[in-house]
Formats: sequence, structure tokens, C-alpha cells
Amino acid sequence: MIDKRVKDVAEALDGIKDGSVVLVGGFGVVGQPQELLEGLIVQGARDLTIVSNNAGFGSPMLPKLFATGHVVKLICSFPRPTPPIFEELYKAGKIQLEIVPQGTIAERIRAAACGIPAFYTPTAVGTKLAQGKETREFDGRIFLMERALHADVALIQAWRADRWGNLTYRGTGRNFNPVMAMAADLTVVQTRHIVELGELEPEIIVTPGIFVDRVVQIDSPDPPPA
Amino acid sequence: MKQLDRQEMAARLARDIPDGWYVNLGLGLPTLIPDHIPEHREVVFHSENGVLGMGPVPPKDRIDTWLVNATKQNITLLKGASLFHHADSFGMIRGGHLDLCVLGAYEVAENGDIANWATSDNDAVPAVGGAMDLSAGSKRLWVLMEHTTKEGRSRLVKRCNYPLTASCVVKRVYTNLAVLDVTARGFAILDIAPGLTFEALQARTEARLHWPGAPAHHGRA
Repeated sequence: MIDKRVKDVAEALDGIKDGSVVLVGGFGVVGQPQELLEGLIVQGARDLTIVSNNAGFGSPMLPKLFATGHVVKLICSFPRPTPPIFEELYKAGKIQLEIVPQGTIAERIRAAACGIPAFYTPTAVGTKLAQGKETREFDGRIFLMERALHADVALIQAWRADRWGNLTYRGTGRNFNPVMAMAADLTVVQTRHIVELGELEPEIIVTPGIFVDRVVQIDSPDPPPA
Repeated sequence: MKQLDRQEMAARLARDIPDGWYVNLGLGLPTLIPDHIPEHREVVFHSENGVLGMGPVPPKDRIDTWLVNATKQNITLLKGASLFHHADSFGMIRGGHLDLCVLGAYEVAENGDIANWATSDNDAVPAVGGAMDLSAGSKRLWVLMEHTTKEGRSRLVKRCNYPLTASCVVKRVYTNLAVLDVTARGFAILDIAPGLTFEALQARTEARLHWPGAPAHHGRA
């Protein structure tokens, strides 16, 4: 029998190693798994590389994770407004920042999910974010080569899940979650609701359970008004 | 001479968006555009975080906090709206499916270069968001910005001084003083603020201007 449900956050995050690359779903706070981030602080893995569209932007837990000193690098498109702790660590040279265009982050993750090692895109050609990257001309236009971004762990927030790990999302809480769920060796989901197998209509499932390893039910609050 | 105010600038641009276009709007001035789309005209607004059919800001008592736009403000969804994930959303952008993207900018150069993401090479904490994807990927990129800085320096330049967002991509610029197409010969005036002469506009513009339709070419849609 397949049952990906685990009893709590500690079990959901068990075994995450030092040096892991961790994809964190969410756009600002919407769709970001706060309780899993809190659990990662407790779990204590060090030398983490975090991949998140923002460095905070309303997120209570991401700045707290930075404050532990356990994050050595952030891969991010828009680290503003910048949490003071991140700015402090960045200016002190204690955290690296890789700025990646938002679509390039999404596509690097999608490529990793689909077994594509690299791809070419016109995004960022001729800009300082292209420095040191290979370019190639196709049909008269210059493209930049970008590498896939595979991760050890993905932390995902879903709205409904079943014991097979099939997922749906709420509103714009979907954002990076489905594509991140596909691109990690260990995909951990916090979900507001667990439903019986068969209760999710096959037509509405956004993330099929094949991409999911562990599911924990959390009564997390709705995002605050913004 | 009458300069356009911010709402008038947005309204002037909105006039040129035809029925049926899919449009992404950048931060700042472009966010004023939806209020000026005539009611009978169906224009579908896209938000990078996975929305087509974005509606207006909800009244305070009817907010769904699970719905936000690219600036993380709460929004509503129109009838016919759809939600999708980030890779699909940027596939729409990068695959050239959007008819139009309107961005603000610090500078636009006469070859269509745009600088709108960083004001220097050593910003404290740099941030780019989706600006480079939108600039490189949209079918059409229009810029809506003030013609000059507060200090009076032209934002329409020969070469961008600030770090580039993308090269040779801007098709048209709407300012408080004029509407200009980016052409092989540089900026070509399509429309000019009432009472403003070519010479007065050129005096406020670093890049060289052309006026192919001069002088009776006002009100072009």
C-alpha cells in the first residue's frame, strides 16, 4: 500500500543532509510552506543552498532560517524588500546571492524535472547576468545557455492531498510549487487538507503523486491581506 | 504646452491596446492602465505568478488572500480567468504568447535597449524579478515612463548608462510629452503633447528625434 502521509513536520524533514540544495515554493508568503521552513530550522541541516523567488516579502520563516547562519547561498530573482538579516549577512559576505531572472529560475527547475541538462534562452542576453555564460546563435538570434537546477529537497505547500501524494493548490498559492515538486530527490509537502483516495477528481489534480515523497497535514493560517 | 499627468499617460497608452490582446503590465505607471480600458473592450491581463484574467483590487471586506499579483497585492479574478504554475506562466512570456508587455524604465536607447532593473553595477542587494524575461520574450514591448528625470535629464538616450535589462527590444515609448516608435533610424514621433514643438521636445531629449508624419499627424491610434 502506498501511503506518503507522515505524522509530523519532524518526520517529514527527517534525513535532510548538510549541504543540501532546497527548493522552497511560494511567491512572497503565498504558497510558501512556513511550517516546513520552521521545521528545517529545528532539523538543523547546515550549509544549505535555498532556491526561492524572494528573500522574504512577508515570509515570517525565511528570514529566521537565514538568521540561523545555516544558509550559505540564496538563488533568487527578487530579494526585495530585503529582510534586514539577509542584507546584514550579504554585506558581511556570509551569504552568497545568485540573481536569476524569474522565468529562468522556473525553466531551470522545469528542465531538471524533465531530464534536460541545459537549454538556450534569449532572457538576459547582453546583460551583466550573462557574464561568463555560453552563448549560441540560432536562426540569427543570440541565446544564452542556462543549466538545469536540480535539488536535493523541495518544500511545497498544497491545499489538498491524498495518501498517494496527489496535490491541488489554492489560488495563486500554486506559483512555483508544482514545478519545484518535480525537480528534487525528496519532495516534502505540507497540505491544509488530507482527503480520501479518490476524492480528488483526476481532472483537477495539478501535481500527480509520482513527484511527491512525504505529505504532512498542517492547519496553517491563510496568508495575511496584502 | 500641456504635459500629460500620470493618469493621462496611462489613458493615452490604453487607447492603443486593441480588443483581444493578452497583456502583462510592469510595476509603477503601467499598473494604472487597466482603469482606462473601455468597458466593451476585452483585454486579458496576465500576472507572472500564474494568472490570466486579473481583475481589479477587491474591496476590503471581499479580499481572498490567496489571490495576489506580481507585486503581491490582493486581486480579483474575472470570469474566464485561469490559474497556472510559474513555468507555464513564464512559458507564456518567453514563448512570445503575450501580445504586449508594458514596462516602466529608467532609460530607453534609440536602438531599443532598455534599462529598468538596476541603477548601478553595485546596488546593495540586486533584484531583477521577471523584467528580463518580459523584455526578451514579449511579442511587443512598450515603455511607459516620464520623458525626463526629476532633474530634467532625458530618459530617451543614445546609449543606456544603467545596466541593461535587454537589448534592441523596445518597440514604442509613451511619455508625458510624446509617443515615439523605435525605428531603424532611431526615435520617430507618432504623437506630441498639445502645444509642444518639435524643437522643444528635441531640447528635452538626448537621442535624435525624427517626425515622419510632421506636422499634421496628431491623434494617431
